[in-house]
Amino acid sequence: MDTTRLIIVAVGGQGNLLASSVLGQAALLAGIPVHMSEIHGMAQRGGVVESAMVFGKARSPIISDGEADVLVGFEPLETLRSLKRCSARSVAVTNLAPLAPFTVAIGQGTYPDVEALQALIRQKTRRLIAMDAAALAAEAGNPRALNMVLLGALIQTGVLPMTAEHVQSAMRTHTKKAFLESNLKAFDLGFAAAGKL
Amino acid sequence: MHKLLTDDPGRKMMLLGNEAIARGAIEAGVAVATTYPGTPSSEISFNLFQMSQESDLYFEYSTNEKVALEVAAAAANAGVRAFCMMKHVGMNVAADALMTLAYVGTKAGLVVLTADDPFLFSSQNEQDNRYYGKLSGLPVLEPSSTDEAREMLIYAFDLSEQLQEPVIFRTTTRINHSSGEVTLGAITPPLTHGDFAKDPMNYVTVPAVSRQLHVKLLKNYAKALELSEGSTYNIVSGQGSGGIICNGVSYNYVLDAVDDLDIADRVKVLRMGFSHPMPAGRIKDFLKTCDKVLIVEEGEPVMEEAVKALAQEAGLTLPICGKRDDLFSRLYEFDPGMVRRCLARYFDVAYTPPVAVDTSDVPELPMRPPNLCAGCSHRATYLEVRKAADALDMETIYPTDIGCYTLGLLPPLSMADFLICMGSSVGTACGFSKVTGKKVIGFIGDSTFFHSGIPGLINAVFNRHNYTLVILDNGITAMTGHQPNPGVDMSVFNLEGYGRISIEKVVRALGVDHVTVIKPYKVNKSIQAIQEALQFEGVSVIISEEPCALFAQSYKLRKKRAFFISEACKNHRDCIDQLACPAFYIEAERVKIDAAACIGCAVCAQICPENAIRPVKAAG
Repeated sequence: MDTTRLIIVAVGGQGNLLASSVLGQAALLAGIPVHMSEIHGMAQRGGVVESAMVFGKARSPIISDGEADVLVGFEPLETLRSLKRCSARSVAVTNLAPLAPFTVAIGQGTYPDVEALQALIRQKTRRLIAMDAAALAAEAGNPRALNMVLLGALIQTGVLPMTAEHVQSAMRTHTKKAFLESNLKAFDLGFAAAGKL
Repeated sequence: MHKLLTDDPGRKMMLLGNEAIARGAIEAGVAVATTYPGTPSSEISFNLFQMSQESDLYFEYSTNEKVALEVAAAAANAGVRAFCMMKHVGMNVAADALMTLAYVGTKAGLVVLTADDPFLFSSQNEQDNRYYGKLSGLPVLEPSSTDEAREMLIYAFDLSEQLQEPVIFRTTTRINHSSGEVTLGAITPPLTHGDFAKDPMNYVTVPAVSRQLHVKLLKNYAKALELSEGSTYNIVSGQGSGGIICNGVSYNYVLDAVDDLDIADRVKVLRMGFSHPMPAGRIKDFLKTCDKVLIVEEGEPVMEEAVKALAQEAGLTLPICGKRDDLFSRLYEFDPGMVRRCLARYFDVAYTPPVAVDTSDVPELPMRPPNLCAGCSHRATYLEVRKAADALDMETIYPTDIGCYTLGLLPPLSMADFLICMGSSVGTACGFSKVTGKKVIGFIGDSTFFHSGIPGLINAVFNRHNYTLVILDNGITAMTGHQPNPGVDMSVFNLEGYGRISIEKVVRALGVDHVTVIKPYKVNKSIQAIQEALQFEGVSVIISEEPCALFAQSYKLRKKRAFFISEACKNHRDCIDQLACPAFYIEAERVKIDAAACIGCAVCAQICPENAIRPVKAAG
């Protein structure tokens, strides 16, 4: 069994850890060994949360620079910041709705132009899938389902060894019942949007 | 029911390393568990705290790590299994107890877990606590994976009982915070009641007793060495004349690298799981079959130095390398690519590393450092202390302490000047004020004050120091994830049977002459009270009381009421420039408030020169 390496980056509060936990469960359902690690120090205080997931035979729970097969960014600036995790053969999936860091508000730096940001990522990776996941989550009836939109887009790429059905089953058992319907819808919208790109 | 209490041996679950360790404690029949919370260990204790509410387990958040170890040591010496867990620097606090406890030993199993933090993801240093094994003479066990952590913890209790001494269980962040598949074992119901058989000539460590106990410790060391020699946790895999010795999470990187480089027929790997005492015989035998050896260990060259000494004893001259400029560093954590590269270099394997994308043309990106939350009361207190000191034209030094409020070091608050360890604000304030003649204002949180602030304050009163201590009392141990501390009203957690200590009463009882309690969301009143405290000659204490904004939100302790910036705004931006609350953002060159983030503390409204910031309700 080959090894597939996934990095998810997000801003604290965007639901990265739930997304990786759903993917972990989906892998378990699919009978695929998975090791994952997360750095969530100070996540609740607006910092960056990064999860690494390694599917397949490898045992290491973390991923070195240049070794991610797929990078998913829940926030465009953070996708770009983590680009060194990718190589020319990586696939990148990103949300396009910015969450400007506070440093921008107090004049320490400027938020990069989102068009230019996409061009940079597209030019350096095998494929970029970019969408306004926040808008799709709102369309699904739950702005917090941005994570599920991006899971849908991620699964559509076919890079991971799991199917949409595995992930949907994991969502049924590992997300809150009250949000299940909107989460599933968000997943479908993300999946469909990625398919059109 | 708590998921870790699932009594279904053989069932597979995806667990965080820390959950697997907590499960291991339940399977080992632990009766008493104690801790002071600290990342990366906190989820172990939090799960045990939760489970104690629906099982026979006794769990406590102790005042600090030393007290936690003392509670556990007594329970274990009275015959019940006890588990004490902490982050790596917590071991320094517990070390006084640990060093002599190693002499006294234990009756029932006693395991002390230290969670080390290579790369300092959330710590003030990256000390390597394997040295505590050497320093104390106690055995050290180190798991390499989530499932092994569960199972090895159970063995740690057995080993402790076999040797009648505490066992050190050492993890690192990547074990604590990695998830993997775990196969549940059987739960052992804990033996919760014990008895203490008096035996002062073995338990009361006066010099004459300790001289004998030290002999016993060395005898135990010899026994532990014998067990380590035969331990199945010290395993060899692969074949060939190249040798690798590794431990902990690095074992995974090594196995993956051997696979990726396809050198399983050229190198063999010795994984040290029972890593102290080092199994001298096993290692010498291993060295004899190798022509060169690479040591792969994060942190200090603990194994490397031991292995080199063993080679000397065995008269072997083969190359043994680990920490070297072109191999491994003593700094930070390892990663799979780094280990693969070093293996290829050391064993002369042709290897082209994957090329990371070139990011040299990516523009400089704005940073996203962690920040005090929207509405955090610490931000209000910092602003008020600054305004009070400025109004009095005081030159200030701000010793700080460990907690969320350390984030006050970031601009524009810039309210942190010196920090070394838990409680250090109170002690270092004495030294700074004594020799500089400047106004010294220390900051410490409620939990940290209980942990190790009190002795420093006693010192200040006794030695007649002259400074102001601000106790930032947000009613919870916030930084590590909202754990209780002795000042917390436990009814918030729906828990009964706890005491509650008033910080104000403690401070007054210590003889502090000027004590003020402020409510930091009341800006002008607070500034006035702070000015009085700053002008007091001697030790003054300000207790700033306001629940943690995040905690208050999750436990519905306060009503949320968002504010907005009205037309009256003249764009002075005092709100952003002085407070920098993350609820603010800029849109079309105007300051706005994110109503979803704003909790309605109204501190910005009180400092706005135009009174332009108003509650959303009043808008209608």
